[in-house]
Amino acid sequence: MPTPQALAAGSIAVSRPGPPRWRLPLPGSELAWAIAFVIPYAAVFLAFVVYPVAYGLSLARDPSLYVDLVSDPLYARTVINTLLFVALGVNVKMFLALLVSGFFMRRRWWIRALLVVYILPWALPSVPAFVSFHWMLIGEYGFLDSLLSALFGIEGPIWFNDRWLALGADVVSYIWKWLPFWTLVFLAGRMAIPREIYDAADVDGATGPRRFLHVVYPLLANMYLVCTLLSTLWTIGDFTTVSLVSGGAPARSSEVLATLGIHYAFDVGVPSLGVAAVLSALPVLIPVAAILMRRLQMREVQL
Amino acid sequence: MTAQPMDGGTVRRRPRYRLRRNLKEAAALAVGVLVLIWTLVPLYNMVAVALEKHGNVFSNDIWPKQPSLESFWIVFTQGYWYLADFWHQFGNSLYVGVATVVLTLLIGSLASFSISRMRIRHGWVLSNAALMTYVIPSSFLAIPFYRIMQNYGLTNNLWSVIAAEVTFATPYAIFIFQQYGVSIPRELDEAARIDGASPVQIYWRIYLPLMAPALVAVGTYALLLAWNEYLYQYLLLSSSRNMTVAVALAQFLNSDEAPWNYMMASAIIYAVPPVAIYYICRRRMTAGLTMGGVKG
Repeated sequence: MPTPQALAAGSIAVSRPGPPRWRLPLPGSELAWAIAFVIPYAAVFLAFVVYPVAYGLSLARDPSLYVDLVSDPLYARTVINTLLFVALGVNVKMFLALLVSGFFMRRRWWIRALLVVYILPWALPSVPAFVSFHWMLIGEYGFLDSLLSALFGIEGPIWFNDRWLALGADVVSYIWKWLPFWTLVFLAGRMAIPREIYDAADVDGATGPRRFLHVVYPLLANMYLVCTLLSTLWTIGDFTTVSLVSGGAPARSSEVLATLGIHYAFDVGVPSLGVAAVLSALPVLIPVAAILMRRLQMREVQL
Repeated sequence: MTAQPMDGGTVRRRPRYRLRRNLKEAAALAVGVLVLIWTLVPLYNMVAVALEKHGNVFSNDIWPKQPSLESFWIVFTQGYWYLADFWHQFGNSLYVGVATVVLTLLIGSLASFSISRMRIRHGWVLSNAALMTYVIPSSFLAIPFYRIMQNYGLTNNLWSVIAAEVTFATPYAIFIFQQYGVSIPRELDEAARIDGASPVQIYWRIYLPLMAPALVAVGTYALLLAWNEYLYQYLLLSSSRNMTVAVALAQFLNSDEAPWNYMMASAIIYAVPPVAIYYICRRRMTAGLTMGGVKG
């Protein structure tokens, strides 16, 4: 099994050309087999990645689409929402995951037991999870407002009547769903730090916050960066959270780009505008993807 | 907060040290309680609503006054018009999941065998293609993908969804297989080749059995991916008979008279298989899944 440590350290291996001098040329019949073996994946890639990408680009090539987009106030609002959703969601989640993973490093039986429960949101499929969030916040009948009035006698807000509350609900649900996963990743990263380093730091008097700052953080920094970038990309494309938790309410003011694109394409009925809305994230997406691919290709584990 | 075990040695410890230790323990416990509440609130809400009797859904109860399993029974017997196809839809989810697993394992292992074991020339191009697919969010391809499936007349067909899930699951499979494959000595392949084994035999008799742990991890990942995925299923499947449970559940949200207790009951039933599988394969999976269980 690839150890979680190796994976966690962002060492996803991509076999690069490899040292060719080792390699004898494949004999004819074997070469035929080798080609036959890669054909299924090559076909999937061409048919379901390359073709849709090319098709999408050709749909959205008309510059006037982008003029339409920019002149739509809905689009401007959505861009701000997306920036907030991604910036808050990803960074708060990653930072919390880093901290909580430290908590789970403690060796206590009840902390181990807690870890088993803590993983549940990740094992739970996303649709049931977000549906539950939606219902919890639905208004006076929702669980949260009922709880507020039962505990403190406060009348809770109608969450989906306010753009910022609705967006906040999206961010919190998103963090809830994905925090356990990244905590596990960082936990694996922390476990990969050799015990002796901690002991040495201990002897030098680096404990608690100082140990975190001078030992753990520098060792995990690269991994933290890779994970944050990866998570950023996936979050920019996140459709499910916003679509199910706030559903864009009130009046499409809490949409993000992924949901707006689908709205344009299927509710308004202008697929090219939908593709254009999604593609307008490319200026952010491509540099991040480029950095990430370089980092992921690095063979060495940084720990 | 918690009492320290007082064996003979600790009695003499300076009180300040003990105080500090207890404070630390108390802080850890407080963090633990917070983490527990944070994790359980939405789950508690699911269970509480599911146990509510029909007609009591719109109440301010924190816990149902008369908890009953009525709504689970309704879901089991499909006793509500919205749930008329529930088990059929469950079967669809399962079908999509199993097909995704089989195809992902097959396509992924064949490709990585060829790339990293047979070292096909230019194999790295495919590796990078996979890496790119892994990094780019799948929702960016959703609209053109839908249009293409429409042109092929494959919308409202489970196989269009399976194609999408396989497309986004194989890249992860290829990484994990390549990485895991490094630990299998290439001399085994060489020896088999000298004994006259064909590439197919090497793949089937040597490569696959030795890759078993990675196959389990990736297979579980693919199943969970298909179970978690919503956007493609929502776009591509429209008729009630062809829907998966994920789509049907989300459709509940938009209906006016939402029978929330039934909805939560079906949500819980839908969530049972992945949670069970996760806890059964936990050891195997944490290793493999740590780096990619999130594509959603």
